[in-house]
Parts: sequence; structure tokens; C-alpha cells
Amino acid sequence: MGTDKTDPAENAKYLTTRPWTVSVEGEVKKAKTYDIDDLIKIAPLEERIYRMRCVEAWSMVIPWVGFPLSSLVKLAEPTGNAKFIHFVTLQDPKRLPGQKYAVLDWPYVEGLRMDEAMHPLTTLSVGLYGEVLPVQNGAPIRLVVPWKYGFKGIKSIVKIRFVEKQPPTSWNISAPQEYGFYSNVNPEVDHPRWSQATERRIGEFFRRKTLMFNGYGEQVADLYRGMDLKKYY
Amino acid sequence: MSYWRALKPVTFIACLIPLGQLLYNAWTDNLSANPIEFITHFTGDWTLIFLLASLSVTPLRKISGWNELIKYRRMLGLFAFFYAVLHFATYMVLDHFFDFPAIVKDVMKRPYVTAGFTGFVLMIPLAMTSTAGMIRRLGKRWQQLHRFVYAVGIAGVIHFYWLVKADIRRPVQYGAVLALLLGYRLVVKWMPALRGRLAQSSSSISARQLSE
Repeated sequence: MGTDKTDPAENAKYLTTRPWTVSVEGEVKKAKTYDIDDLIKIAPLEERIYRMRCVEAWSMVIPWVGFPLSSLVKLAEPTGNAKFIHFVTLQDPKRLPGQKYAVLDWPYVEGLRMDEAMHPLTTLSVGLYGEVLPVQNGAPIRLVVPWKYGFKGIKSIVKIRFVEKQPPTSWNISAPQEYGFYSNVNPEVDHPRWSQATERRIGEFFRRKTLMFNGYGEQVADLYRGMDLKKYY
Repeated sequence: MSYWRALKPVTFIACLIPLGQLLYNAWTDNLSANPIEFITHFTGDWTLIFLLASLSVTPLRKISGWNELIKYRRMLGLFAFFYAVLHFATYMVLDHFFDFPAIVKDVMKRPYVTAGFTGFVLMIPLAMTSTAGMIRRLGKRWQQLHRFVYAVGIAGVIHFYWLVKADIRRPVQYGAVLALLLGYRLVVKWMPALRGRLAQSSSSISARQLSE
């Protein structure tokens, strides 16, 4: 949608979100291409108020509407080979004009480890502030992983592929020494070019201290027990 | 010719338009969701624009032969400093709220901050010696001192380039303009020497041809 802060809202008019399908495929017993209007009915929609921490050191508290990614994973019945999930954004420079410029290797791709995907905090969002998700925020469906930096929350998803090997992720391809696969919020591991110790929450004047796992350590720290988070940033 | 005399105050007011726009945006609550970041980027952008504008005075003057332009160089340079002061003040006051340990750490540890801070510090003596009295007193050394503006321009562009996440188009545009402006000076400086050497070698060839 573009790299300037105002681009996504200005370019939103180009992205039509109906018809829209999401292909669930790969190492699953029940591969299926879902129509978006069927997909949002696979589980009851709930409101989730999460902190969101951007890798560029701003943050926000956001009331998402959506359902747990785990509901979709269970429906798909992953095989024993499914160790990771690979997410892919729509590739269409006419509807996503930012893709006309090779800022990243389009389409945007992201990934999660299976246990991260199954975690109850991990959400597929279709709404915001009680309304249908605006285009600039990732319509019609996007990922929200509140203990990771915001860019893990891939938008306008068209493909969810279950895979055996750790999938490539866009920012990691672009700058591997700056953005890792995990990208958990971690105040002790600075971005090579700026500090991650503090953040500015939108609406507040003073910077506040960034919390480990964005404050969700109690829920998610177990997923990374024994891992060197400086190495697996 | 009173027409030309009016141009200077008009330029002065025009240079304040960005500040006016910023204040207007603040007044109408149009500083985006992240006002401090917006103000930081806005003032940084205008610092670079005025730096490049002041650096383009000499090439434009030499190419066009319009010597009046020189009268605007100091004003443009001081406006670059003015927006740089706003930029640094935003960083120090709004962004870090006088947290000097954090600022010192930032300047030492983050290359993009180091570059920006270096450029800002280098601008201070240039602004301080911009008065007619100082120009007179420093004489030839004034010119040598003010060549630091080239380093300021380079530091400013590097500062911007190192800060962006992936879309380097804007800093590269600034860098291209800067390269053009500094490149022009290099060419002008070396051109007489080059021309001299070319003339020398061609005359020695003809001399040899003559002796044969």
C-alpha cells in the first residue's frame, strides 16, 4: 500500500476485497479454498484487545475482531509433516499499488512455527473497533500475533500453506541481520540501527519501557524455553 | 529596481512557509497519529532541502551568471540551521524529554544519530560566523571554515539513508542532488588543471612532430 504513513489510507480505494478466496493447502488432510465469507464463519468472532508493538518503536492498544488461527488449523487437520505455516499476501500491483516498487520482494510473506500458530493469543482478524477491517489495516483478513513485532501480522492474506521447513519471511529476506524469523518483542535485543528498550505509545507523550514478549511473557515464554533469543531474534 | 529589492523579504517569508504549515497542522490537529515522529521527519526534511538549496546557489550563479543570487546564500544556509535546530529540539525535548543519558547513548551507539548529530554540530560554527563582521574578521579563513558545509550535507544525507527501513528512494534522491552539487564544484576546481594538462600534452606532441 506504500511506504509513507499516509499511503495506505490513500491507496485503500484500489483494493477490492470481494470476491476473495483464501487457499488452505500443503501438509493438511483437508486442503480447501475458502470464500472469505465462509471463512469468517468457521468460528465465532470475538473482540481481542491487544497491545501492538511496531519494530520502529511505536505501539498502540487495538481492539481487534477475529477468531483464533487455531480454529482454522484444526479444521485443516495438519499432517505430521506440518511444522510451520507460511502466509502469503495478495500479489496484484493494480490493487496494491505499493507493489509497483520493489521495496520488498513482493508478495509479502510471513511464517509461524506450528506451536505459535496454535497459541490461543494468535488471531486471524477481520475487524477493528467493532467494524469491518479497513483496507489499510489488512482487509479482508490479517494475522495478529501480539507478542511479536507488528510486521509479523501479514495483511490481505490469500494463501495459508502448511510446510515442513521454516518458510521465508519478507523482512528477513530484505535484511536478515535486522529482522529474524521469530521477531519476538524483546527490549534486550536492539535493532542494529536503533534501540528497542523503549517505545512511544500512540496518544502518550512520554516513552514507556518495552516489555519482554510485549508483556505477554506469562502466556508465551514457554514456547521459547531453552532458546537463545539473542540468536533467534 | 525596487522590484528586486522586494525579492529578499519575499524569499525570507517563503522560507517560513514550512514552519507555518507545521504550526497550522498542529493547530488543526493534523500531525498524524504519531505527532512527534511527524514533526521530527518534517523538520529533518526541510533542513535537508534548505541545505541543498544553499549549496545550489554557487553553481546556479556561475552557470546563469546571475550574481545577485549570492545575496540569498546566507539566508538559505541560516534557514537550514533554523530547521536543524527545530529538528534537534524535537529530538531532545519531545522525543527524549531531556533524558541526557539516553541521548548520549543514542549519539554514540546509533550510526544514523551519530551522523545527524555530527552534521548539526558542524553547522553551529557556520551559523555563528555568518555575520558581516565575522566574514571581515576571518578573511580567507572564513571561506575555508565554510567549506564544512559540504561535510554537513554529506552527514545529513547519510543520516537519512541509515534511518529508513527499506524504501531508500527519498534519501537517494537527496543524495543524487547533493552529488550533483558537490560534483559540479570538483569539476570546476579541476577543469583548469585538466585543460592545462591537455594543452601541455598536445603542444608537446606538436613540438615533437615539428622536430621530426
